[in-house]
Amino acid sequence: MNRWRTNLIALGTIVHKEIGRFLRIWLQTIVPPAITMALYFIVFGQLIGPRVGAMGGYPYLQYLAPGLIMMAVITNAYANVVSSFFSAKFQRHIEEMLVAPVPDAILLAGYVIGGIARGLAVGVVVTVVALFFTDLKLHSLPLTVVIVLLTATLFSVAGFINGIHARNFDDVSVVPTFVLTPLTYLGGVFYSIDLLPDFWRGLSHVNPVLYMVNAFRYGFLGVADIKVTTALLVLVVLIVTLTCYALWLLRRGIGLRS
Amino acid sequence: MNALELRGLAKTYGNGKSALRGIDLDVAQSEFFGLLGPNGAGKSTTIGIIASLVRKTAGTVRVFGIDIDRDFQLAKMQLGLVPQEFNFSQFESPRTIVVNQAGFYGVPRRVAEQRAERYLRQLGLWAYRNEQSRTLSGGLKRRLMIARALVHEPRLLILDEPSAGVDIELRRSLWEFLREINAQGTTIILTTHYLEEAESLCRRIAIIDQGTIIENTTTRDLLARLAVESFVCDLAAPLTAVPPDLPFTALLLDAATLQIDVAKGLPLNEVFHALSARGIQISSLRNKANRLEELFLRLVGEGRVEVGHGASE
Repeated sequence: MNRWRTNLIALGTIVHKEIGRFLRIWLQTIVPPAITMALYFIVFGQLIGPRVGAMGGYPYLQYLAPGLIMMAVITNAYANVVSSFFSAKFQRHIEEMLVAPVPDAILLAGYVIGGIARGLAVGVVVTVVALFFTDLKLHSLPLTVVIVLLTATLFSVAGFINGIHARNFDDVSVVPTFVLTPLTYLGGVFYSIDLLPDFWRGLSHVNPVLYMVNAFRYGFLGVADIKVTTALLVLVVLIVTLTCYALWLLRRGIGLRS
Repeated sequence: MNALELRGLAKTYGNGKSALRGIDLDVAQSEFFGLLGPNGAGKSTTIGIIASLVRKTAGTVRVFGIDIDRDFQLAKMQLGLVPQEFNFSQFESPRTIVVNQAGFYGVPRRVAEQRAERYLRQLGLWAYRNEQSRTLSGGLKRRLMIARALVHEPRLLILDEPSAGVDIELRRSLWEFLREINAQGTTIILTTHYLEEAESLCRRIAIIDQGTIIENTTTRDLLARLAVESFVCDLAAPLTAVPPDLPFTALLLDAATLQIDVAKGLPLNEVFHALSARGIQISSLRNKANRLEELFLRLVGEGRVEVGHGASE
């Protein structure tokens, strides 16, 4: 038995299954974010944007675009993994993988890659939508790609953890509604934290989404409210921490094995 | 080397319920083994532990000599599981489900496609290969789980209540299929509520009750312990009452059907002679099914009682 090959095939199968799943239901997974973001661009960009004026030295719409793209990546990477994994638990077909010789790390990696794939797919669609409304300047392609990949990874792992802990469909929507959405909206997607009073500006620094949005915006525009190196460090530390926690949960069989 | 060895297997759930109390069990290679027991006896917990869906509290599990704690990957490669409840994606097709399952076991996609076709054809699912699995009937779903369990060609196949909700015709064809793969060398462990099924298929049977193995022997030995054998006779002419002086117990099921319980050792010639002497003509005769059921109920129903020592029911 060639374990590397076995693991690689198992990983490929999970990824294939996950990507196939969100592509099969593209009307639920790919189209809605495109419509939502188009509405954001119309309302905040075209209608309100001109009254807001410049932000970070750029027209508001241009400033807004990277934030909206990142918001779409975050919510979709997270939603893909949590809904797919919980659905597999709910229908019990997660047992197909649990009885098979699939190591925990491969199981996690398969779902996370699926989440990254959806995050990126939606990110690309939203970027194309953005191009209908504004020009997108690209300051650093490598940095933009690294930040979007790390962010999609982080929120895919977070979605996986939510999926493990979830016992019903309410648990699947609680974190996105009460945690993810506030963090995203207050994470500098729509504004620069320089606009905030000192207290709220300081408090914003404990919001991890702020680092991701700003580092991503830096990749496009070359401007950010935080240091890009700090953002990279925050991302790596959070990914490592959450991955270790997810693997521990899998090893203990929490939420999966009685 | 045994196909399966369980030693001191114990499971206590979080609520304090002790489902298994340190069971030992050996299943030889190529055996057709039955694991019987009433609801809640510990059958599914045992299978869940072997398939690593349930975490054991204590004990060891070896599959073809491989300790599942030491080399879970190699051990799992040997195992195929057909669970009691449907546990596949309701929105995927049978073909996708079976091919993906092969992938989880490291079978390359091209080979997986070929095997999926073979098993789907063998189990009569090929015509439904591209349907959403939720649209399949209960029997087809059951067969789909068998195809899925076989696609990585395991040496040990475990079936947890495979006939549940399956009609008689399908059950019989399922038995034939299982006999075939067993004859080809696959070890099979079966749990079932249909004791007739265990009697027909299994060469060895273990009975588990309240988390303990209370019997583990050959089916033949188990049946031999029955002191009384029951026959159902179709009568040539209707009967209104059972003659009181018969040298065996008889029960009139209806005017045309008589059940007779004959002590082991009593020649059937004497039975026929006694019936003829009283003007009772028999047109046909058959063994009453579920002999094993009688024994099973004796063992687990009313506490363990001695059987096979001339005691009648």
